[in-house]
Amino acid sequence: MPVWTLYGLRRGVATNPWPDGGQVTQRGVQGMPRFHSEQCKEGCRVCADVCLPGAIRIIENGRGERLTLDYGKCVACQMCTEFCPEDAMEKSGDWAFAVSKRADLIWDEALTSLPAQELTQKIHTAFGRSLHVRHVDAGSCNGCESELQALNNPYYNLHRLGIFFTPSPRFADLLLVMGTVTYAMKEALLETYNAMPEPRWVMAMGTCAVSGGAVGGGYACGRGVEEFLPVDIYVPGCPPNPTAMIQALLLLLNRTPQRVQGGHFAD
Amino acid sequence: MNGALEQRLSPDELPEVCRALMAGGARLQMAYAWFPEPDTPEVIYLGDWKRLEPFPMLRCRLLDGRRELPSLAAITPLLGWYEREIQDLCGIQFSGHPEPSPLVLHEGARPEMPPLDPRYQPEEMMPYSPQPWHLPAVEGDDVQQLPFGPVRADVLESAQILFYYVGEGILHCHPRLFFKHRGLEKQFEGLSPLLGVVLAERISGVDSFAHALAFCQAVEAAASSKIPERASYLRVILAELERLYNHLHYLGHLCHTTTLKVGEAQGKLLEEQCKQINGEFTGSRFLRGLLVPGGMRRDLSLNGLEERLRRLEPQIIDYMFELETTNSHLDRLLTTGLLPRQVAFDQGASGPIKRASGIQRDLRWSHPYAAYGSFNVDVPVRQEGDAHARSQIRMDEIRASIKLIYSALENLPRGRVSTEVHAFPGSEGLGWCESTRGSIYHCVHFDEVGHLARVKVKSPSFSNWRVFPFTVHDSNMMDYAINEASFGLTMAGCDR
Ligand code: SF4
Ligand code: SF4
Repeated sequence: MPVWTLYGLRRGVATNPWPDGGQVTQRGVQGMPRFHSEQCKEGCRVCADVCLPGAIRIIENGRGERLTLDYGKCVACQMCTEFCPEDAMEKSGDWAFAVSKRADLIWDEALTSLPAQELTQKIHTAFGRSLHVRHVDAGSCNGCESELQALNNPYYNLHRLGIFFTPSPRFADLLLVMGTVTYAMKEALLETYNAMPEPRWVMAMGTCAVSGGAVGGGYACGRGVEEFLPVDIYVPGCPPNPTAMIQALLLLLNRTPQRVQGGHFAD
Repeated sequence: MNGALEQRLSPDELPEVCRALMAGGARLQMAYAWFPEPDTPEVIYLGDWKRLEPFPMLRCRLLDGRRELPSLAAITPLLGWYEREIQDLCGIQFSGHPEPSPLVLHEGARPEMPPLDPRYQPEEMMPYSPQPWHLPAVEGDDVQQLPFGPVRADVLESAQILFYYVGEGILHCHPRLFFKHRGLEKQFEGLSPLLGVVLAERISGVDSFAHALAFCQAVEAAASSKIPERASYLRVILAELERLYNHLHYLGHLCHTTTLKVGEAQGKLLEEQCKQINGEFTGSRFLRGLLVPGGMRRDLSLNGLEERLRRLEPQIIDYMFELETTNSHLDRLLTTGLLPRQVAFDQGASGPIKRASGIQRDLRWSHPYAAYGSFNVDVPVRQEGDAHARSQIRMDEIRASIKLIYSALENLPRGRVSTEVHAFPGSEGLGWCESTRGSIYHCVHFDEVGHLARVKVKSPSFSNWRVFPFTVHDSNMMDYAINEASFGLTMAGCDR
C-alpha cells in the first residue's frame, strides 16, 4: 500500500504562481495571428479563402477593397499565416484575448497606433474575493472542456485564486458557456441561467461560444451564446489555453487589465 | 471506394451477404448513407476482416424512389444505431428494426427535409420544440426513475442519463445522447479538402489529431497518393503523443471517481506536462494545425523531444506502479462494469474497451497506416472485461506509446514532409486510424468539381456509448461514475 501523502510531498509544489509572479508558461503555443496592414497587398484575398470560420473578410467600402479581421471568429488555425504571400499575417503567441465588448475583437485600422493597454476599462467591481462558476457545455468539441478541467490540475490550481466550480446554478455568480449552442442544448442553457440569482454574469468561452467559430451555423448549431443570452466577457481561442481562461476570469473580477482593444493586442 | 473491397448489392441481397460475411469471420463496423444523386440515396456498410485483408464494403443504391431497406440489426446488433442515424439524417427506413425511434435528432426536431439531402441548405437552425422521448417500459413496484443532466455536476460534457433503480441497485440505465449534435458531417459539404482538415480537427478536441489523420488518409486514398516518409513518421509520433496525454488524463479522472485525490492530481499534472510538450514542439496543445492531405503543413524540429520524454517517463512509470498497488483504488475497479467478450463483439465495442474484454484488435497492427508498418506495435489484451482491465490496457498502451515515439524519433527520415494531392472529381476514399478511444473511419466522396460531397465520420465514442449501458444493468449506483470513467467516452465525438 503506497503512502500517497508522502508521494505528494515528494513531488513538491507544482503550481505555477502566475499571475502573482512567475512566468506565464504557454511556451511555444501559437495564438491569434497578428495582422500587419501595411504589408497587405491590394486585390489579394488568399487569407480570406483559407479562413474556414470567415474571420477574415474582404469588404468593399466604396474606396476599394479592405480586409477585416474578427478575432471573435478566429480559431487560430494558422492557415492565413502560412498562406499569406506578403507575411501580413504573422504567427504570434497572443492568446490573452478576453474582452468585455464584442466589438473589441474586430480589427480596426484607426487603432493601429494606440496602445491598447492604456484603454483598459474597469468593468465589474461587485465581487468579493471569491467567484463561483457554473459551466455549461452547450455543444463544444470538448477541447474547451479539456482546458477548463486543466484549471483544477496542480499546475494551474484555480482554487488558489478564489475561483470555484459549483454544480448548482443557485450558488453560481458566473455562467461559463462553451460551444456554439446546439438546438438541443438551448433549453438547458436558458434553464441554468434562469436558476442563477442576480447579479449574474455570462462568459462565452472559446470561439464557438463567441461566434460559432469553425462549426457554427447549419441545421443544428447556433452562432454563439450571444444569440440567446447577454454576454459579459468574450474569450476567443480554439480552445483558449488554461492561462487565457484564467486571464478571462481575472478580467471579470477586475483583477487584470484587458489586453485587446479594437482588435489590437498589447504585449 | 479506394481502400475497401466493394460488393454492389440490391436491397434483397443484403441480409444474406451480411450473414455470409459474419460467418466468414468478418465484423461489420458501421453503415451510412449519402446521395450520389439527389433522388437516389446509397447505403454503405463497412466491415473489417483479417489482418492485412482489405475492408469489406457493401453498397446498395435505392432506386425508383425507394426509401426502405431490410434492417440488419438482428444479424449484427451494432448496426442498430447506424440504421437509426441514417433514418434521422437521410430519411431511409429500416423494416423490422427492433427499436426504430429517433436517435441522433431529438424528438421534436423538424428539419424541412432529411438533413443530409444535398438540397437541404437551411438558412438557420431547424425548428425544434422539445418532446418527451421514447422510453423503454420498465415494470415493477418499487422502481424509481432518476434523471441526470444534460447539464451534469463537475465540468463534464452534456448528456442525460436516466436511471431506473430500486434502492441502491440500477435496473436499467438509459442514456439520452446527441444533445451536442452539431451536424458536422453536413458541414463538410462543399469544402475543399484543405479546409476539411480544420473541421475534422474539431469533431472531438481530445482526438483532434486522430480525426484529422483519418480524414487526410481518406483524401489521400481517394487521390491514390503516397505521402513522404518523413511525414508518415511524424504522424506516428504525433498520434502517440495524443494517446499519451489522453491516457494520463484518463487515469487521473478514474482516481477522481474512486476519490483517490493524490492520484487524481498526479495524473492530471502528468497530462498537463504532456500537453505542454505538445505546445512547445508543435505550437498546439491539441496537436492541431499540423496535418494536411499529402503530409504535414510544415516540418517540425523535434530536437529535445526524446530528452523531455526520458525525464517524464520515470514519473509516469512510478505513478502507474503506485496506482496498481493502492488497494482502496483497485477494490473499486475490480469486477466493476463487467463487459463480456460476446457483448463487446456484438454491440461494437472499440479500442481499449474491446481489448479489455478479450478482443485483440488494433488498426495500427491489423491495417497499418502512416509508418506503423515499420514498427512492432504491441496490442495488449485482457480477459476480465472490468474497469480494472480497462485501466490496465491504458497503462500498457502508455508504455507502448513511449517506446513507439522513441523508435520513430530514432529512425525519423530526413526529407520533404508533403506532396501535392489532387482528388479527382467523383473519387472516393476510406481512411482509418486507431485513436486513443478506438477505431476511427472517415469515408470521403468528392463531387464533380473536386469539393467534398459527403464525409462520414465513424467515431469510437459512438460505438462505445452504445455498449456502455450493457455494463450498467444490475449494477450499483455507487459504482456508476467509476464505470463511466473507465470507458473514457467523449460526447462530442459520439454526437458530432
Ligand atoms: S488563424 Fe484565424 S484568421 Fe487566420 S485563417 Fe485561421 S481562423 Fe482565419
Ligand atoms: S472553440 Fe474550438 S476548442 Fe472550443 S469547443 Fe469550439 S471548436 Fe472546440
